[in-house]
Amino acid sequence: MRITQGTFSFLPDLTDEQIAKQVEYALDQGWAVSIEHTDDPHPRNTYWEMWGMPMFDLKDAAGLMTELKECRKVFPDRYIKVNAFDSTLGFETMRLSFIVDRPAREPEFNLRRTDTSGRNIRYELETVRS
Amino acid sequence: MTKPTGTPASAAGQRTTGNTAKRYQAGVLKYKEMGYWVPDYEPKDTDVIAIFRITPQEGVDPEEAAAAVAGESSTATWTVVWTDRLTAAENYRAKAYRVDPVPGQADQYFAWIAYDLALFEEGSIANLTASIIGNVFGFKPLKALRLEDMRLPVAYVKTFRGPPTGIVVERERLDKYGRPLLGATTKPKLGLSGKNYGRVVYEALLGGLDFTKDDENINSQPFMHWRDRFLFVMEAVNRAQAMTGEVKGHYLNVTAGTMEEMYRRAEFARELGSVIIMVDLVIGYTAIQSMAEWARQNDMILHMHRAGHSTYTRQKTHGVSFRVIAKWMRLAGVDHLHTGTAVGKLEGDPLTVQGFYNVCRDAVTKEDLPRGLFVDQDWAGLRKVMPVASGGIHAGQMHQLLDLFGDDVVLQFGGGTIGHPMGIKAGATANRVALEAMVLARNEGRDIASEGPDILRKAAKDCKPLEAALATWKDVTFNYASTDTSDFVPTASVA
Amino acid sequence: MADTVDLKRMLDESHVSDVLDELDRELVGLKPVKTRIREIASLLVVEKAREALGVTSAPPSLHMCFTGNPGTGKTTVAMRMAEILHRLGHVRKGHLVAVTRDDLVGQYIGHTAPKTKEVLKKAMGGVLFIDEAYYLYRPENERDYGQEAIEILMQVMENQREDLVVIFAGYKSRMDRFFESNPGLSSRVAHHIDFPDYSDGELLQIADRMVDGLGLQLAEGARKALAEYLSIRRKQPNFANARSLRNALDRARLRQARRLIEAGEVDAASLTTIEEADIRASRVFDAAPAAKDKEKAAC
Repeated sequence: MRITQGTFSFLPDLTDEQIAKQVEYALDQGWAVSIEHTDDPHPRNTYWEMWGMPMFDLKDAAGLMTELKECRKVFPDRYIKVNAFDSTLGFETMRLSFIVDRPAREPEFNLRRTDTSGRNIRYELETVRS
Repeated sequence: MTKPTGTPASAAGQRTTGNTAKRYQAGVLKYKEMGYWVPDYEPKDTDVIAIFRITPQEGVDPEEAAAAVAGESSTATWTVVWTDRLTAAENYRAKAYRVDPVPGQADQYFAWIAYDLALFEEGSIANLTASIIGNVFGFKPLKALRLEDMRLPVAYVKTFRGPPTGIVVERERLDKYGRPLLGATTKPKLGLSGKNYGRVVYEALLGGLDFTKDDENINSQPFMHWRDRFLFVMEAVNRAQAMTGEVKGHYLNVTAGTMEEMYRRAEFARELGSVIIMVDLVIGYTAIQSMAEWARQNDMILHMHRAGHSTYTRQKTHGVSFRVIAKWMRLAGVDHLHTGTAVGKLEGDPLTVQGFYNVCRDAVTKEDLPRGLFVDQDWAGLRKVMPVASGGIHAGQMHQLLDLFGDDVVLQFGGGTIGHPMGIKAGATANRVALEAMVLARNEGRDIASEGPDILRKAAKDCKPLEAALATWKDVTFNYASTDTSDFVPTASVA
Repeated sequence: MADTVDLKRMLDESHVSDVLDELDRELVGLKPVKTRIREIASLLVVEKAREALGVTSAPPSLHMCFTGNPGTGKTTVAMRMAEILHRLGHVRKGHLVAVTRDDLVGQYIGHTAPKTKEVLKKAMGGVLFIDEAYYLYRPENERDYGQEAIEILMQVMENQREDLVVIFAGYKSRMDRFFESNPGLSSRVAHHIDFPDYSDGELLQIADRMVDGLGLQLAEGARKALAEYLSIRRKQPNFANARSLRNALDRARLRQARRLIEAGEVDAASLTTIEEADIRASRVFDAAPAAKDKEKAAC
């Protein structure tokens, strides 16, 4: 299955050139970019591992792309995403976040249903790595 | 109107003690002479300011009409009452302080009226509206009256708790950034059984939508009991999450006949793990505030459908502008609010609609007459409302929608998803691909307003469903003249 | 593909001449430096022309070394250089990040690489200016972390030429020694520019511009005194050309201010004029006849 988290998951995988353009856009808005990676893409897995700190004060996407290449070298079979953080008042949150790398074989999610009272069902989602 | 006794004193004069005795003689005075017209008044930072469009009856002086509105929406009654003298009446009188002719409309005027903060109960939309739009709209000396805009002082804004979740937290909870969210209203509106209804939800979410939605009049009818709907819908939502790895939601409409029943439905939605519930505007301001309170306690996003609003927002001369309703809703505390599409099937001039969006999303809304915003409004850190564009829109308009509204909006393609020739899932995919391709292109610096159709065609090469969607709806537009437009710009419309 | 290329037009279209002219106007003296910069700019235009004609050549190495004494305009020229490189399309953004050893080298194990990389990332798209670069290399301590920074630098200078241009700067003799002991670095630096000291006359010209920029003027006597001051100061240690001049003028302004306050009532002319006494009060003059007291000289 293809996990469809992130801003551009329904498009063909982005090329490095496309990724760099998105980073340029983020930098133009004054946002700080960062890289995160994980092997557990559970939708409630909020905290992926940080690849270093957010990169403040970059002028050019090359800085992020350099780190991205490093990260890919170390974690060739993980999800990697690029985030852009906006520190302006009223936002102070992520403004863009998209997956740039996926493992060759993506995990699946097992939906476990437990009958409770009446016809109520309790749902649990579990990552299944194959 | 009866002629008042005595010589009319100047407005300022009436506030001096020398004339007090005359002012309170029994009988009927002009409103202007009762202290409701104070042209030299400078509103305090803590005053509530209301801007009305007044259409006086023939022969009624606009200043007198403005004073009458001020009077009738605050302390006045049709005659002088001696009991006013037991109060610091001066303080409680609303003050009309400015009357401007409406550009291009000979018989209409904008009246600016200031209300002291002491006139209002904290944190109560019911109380605020009972004053401002309580009696005055039926007042005989006016042909028509419309509340155009309000400036709510920070001191008053702070007495409201606002949206339970807000745009920022909603996105963080859903883990969705950098693009508008996508939704669809389940169709047909009426008649589907719970099981069939859930099928539509599952297909649409699986295909790529973030949300699906109950329609405003889906409550608990003979064809589908609300519990059935909730159970089947949540099965669909959870399955779609498992199949996509994405957080999904369905606005479960908890609108019902009593508060007790609404709470019951909301509790059940929470038990089933829904991230969002919905109510209709017709449940009333107090019920909305109560549901906001409940949502705040239960980490629930609160979606609002503005059912009924057009009865009083659409006509320019009479009623309440939707920008005012949007302001009240932000105070009352809804997370989503239907605010128009500009390009779809429902009323909405693009600039006016953008004005509604600003009210929902700004930290400080700036005066912007072409967008219908008469005053600066500081929101004092109140959370932001996610506007919802819903009604008669389709993938082929993606560039216009993104260009008009930016990222923080839910775009709802009901017919545009479910009516897709290849099926609901394909319809959802078409919308998601069109959206992501458009955001990507915009971020790459392309001019989407003009290059949009080209960008869509290119994206459709990799995506059959989008190709089919573009072919099916290529010529559908709703290009009628808007009725609710700004008086400060020539009327525009989006083709 | 065209057979001929109009080099003049290419130069005009890049608007590099504007920067070069500005450099001429803005900076006093520095004749050999300006000539070298023009040569480099010409070289880059020619390279571009070759590319346009389809004559393939490896992307030119643009890393540079600016040598010269302090205060000879290295940083200012580096900023202009960044702009020229930007206009010719050799760097994407054209900003300058100026650093010294402390910005690159950490205090403990594992600290240096992230620090150096952080700086490199910020400089990407522009020019990294490393002042007194030889401090990166401390042969007396074989476990010095500076070496780590040098290695990362070298890697990026080689592999990411299109992302970053590095300019090393410092005293000539020390820089020469630095490159001798780091041949890997040396071979990656294509352009060496030597910045001569300013002559007394040039420094006086600079003084006039500085004073003018502050909305002040030098009294006739003050200008003469300043000339004398410079000829004495130059022979003392730690002379830093334009920087020493600026410091001297700053102190003269302090003395002027004190003098004016003591005078009580003043007119506009005296408010904006630096007098001879304001210059002569410097301790540089005390030291002059004896020329012994080198401790004091720095002030």
